[in-house]
Amino acid sequence: MAGIKVRNITFKYPDSEAPVLKNISFDIRPASWTAIIGHNGSGKSTLARLIDGLLIPTTGSIEIDGVRVDETTLGIIHQQIGFVFQNPENQFVGATVADDVAFGLENRQIAPKEMEKRIDSALEMVGMTKYKDVEPINLSGGQKQRVALAGILALMPEVIILDEATSMLDPLARKEILTLLKKLKDEQNISIISITHDLNEIELADNTIVINNAQIVKDGPTADVLKNKKLLTEIGVGIPVSQQLQSLLAARGINLPNKYLNLEELKYWLSQQLQ
Amino acid sequence: MTNKIVFGSYVPVESILHRLDPRIKLIMCIAFVILIFFVNSVLTAVWLFVALSIAIKLSNVGFKQYWQGIKPLFLIILITVAFQILFSSGGKTYWHWGIMAITYDGLINSLIIFYRFIVIITASTVLTATTPTFQIADALAWLMKPLRVIRVPVNQITLMLSIALRFVPTIMDETSKIMKAQRARGMNFNDGSILTRIKHLVPILIPLFVNSFKRAEELATAMEARGYDPNAARTHYRQLLWHARDAWAGIDMMIVTVGLFCIRIFF
Repeated sequence: MAGIKVRNITFKYPDSEAPVLKNISFDIRPASWTAIIGHNGSGKSTLARLIDGLLIPTTGSIEIDGVRVDETTLGIIHQQIGFVFQNPENQFVGATVADDVAFGLENRQIAPKEMEKRIDSALEMVGMTKYKDVEPINLSGGQKQRVALAGILALMPEVIILDEATSMLDPLARKEILTLLKKLKDEQNISIISITHDLNEIELADNTIVINNAQIVKDGPTADVLKNKKLLTEIGVGIPVSQQLQSLLAARGINLPNKYLNLEELKYWLSQQLQ
Repeated sequence: MTNKIVFGSYVPVESILHRLDPRIKLIMCIAFVILIFFVNSVLTAVWLFVALSIAIKLSNVGFKQYWQGIKPLFLIILITVAFQILFSSGGKTYWHWGIMAITYDGLINSLIIFYRFIVIITASTVLTATTPTFQIADALAWLMKPLRVIRVPVNQITLMLSIALRFVPTIMDETSKIMKAQRARGMNFNDGSILTRIKHLVPILIPLFVNSFKRAEELATAMEARGYDPNAARTHYRQLLWHARDAWAGIDMMIVTVGLFCIRIFF
């Protein structure tokens, strides 16, 4: 199980003047789900790429499970972290589903016999066994993202980073992927870091980090962040339905518990009040 | 749209040719194309034509599919043949006007060229119709293996090739999307002289190139995140295994070759 330690990182793209991230520090506990939210261009994606070693910070350090991320440790880091990108099309390398799942295994020099087993079990986890020999052109966006996930699961990572991985999917496919991730996290103790604008996705996280103007403006339990209507409006993710309902109820003089309730909890609370 | 890329594409039916190893199919296809240039008489031409017809029959792919493969190139074949007829000289002259003349040799040459074109295209279509593109890429990779000795980066080349093939349908899709977007802005692709039509391609090609570069960059990042290192050794998921039927296919090819040279020598 891998914890992540980020210490004082600053990152500047070579051709820009202002840093994208300024003096960022946070910790991610093993087997937890963390959401990173913020405006477009606030540096969320850059942060995710820094954690995976796809970019190297200008100053500061990142440690994954005690291993410092730098050019010499990239092999180990890429093994521990699986990365699902936004565009389903542009991360599909193989000619068929099985070939694509095999790509990462080939890079790790896994023997072909062992590969077959791993591919089958990874495809089963994401429910794509039937599509093993299908070509990418015949898959929907949601199916391609599942394959991307299978490609990562076959490598047995400790951390999965989702960089707006559900943003190009329709609502149903998005829900399916999120349910799948929740299951994986609970069953296999995988840590999840999701970069997102989607409130349903944020709600699944244990912790939420809010980035604005290259800095962390809030880092805490998701329930605390989702209660902060002013902050949510400011970064443009909007206010959760349950919070809107709570404000409406409060406006009518109904006394609500002073904590964040998701829709399910609110439903439960209301039905108790009505009895 | 995706069906017209390489001389007609893969036809997923069941046949003995579909089951053959892609490597033997590729070798046979190349050998056959070479043999075509040894054709020097009607009898040798018929011999290879019969061999090809048997292959077509065995492929279980309809004649119509093969015609689809030849059709887009038919105009080019006809123009080439016409040039041969009109501009070659030698032998008896039947008709002439300025530098153009129809001669006996010209007619024979054009007939040979016509035959070569049709047979080569059909032979390649037998390969592409019975073999999925990624298998052809695997076979090419195997064929190129000896080049490693002279430090040709065979692994990188084959990965590039298979990625290129995988993205062909994606880029075709994108092209039609861009064309629709330009039509929505009032562009008419079917109007004007050839020059204007060529000019109209620019607003398609530029976004297509820009997007392809973006795509390539994202793909490269995704590959890196999955642990790809161009200089490191990799294992291969798809293992090609020789079967007895592949040896038989090779023997058949040898029979065709020996037969051809026997006909050349003895008739």
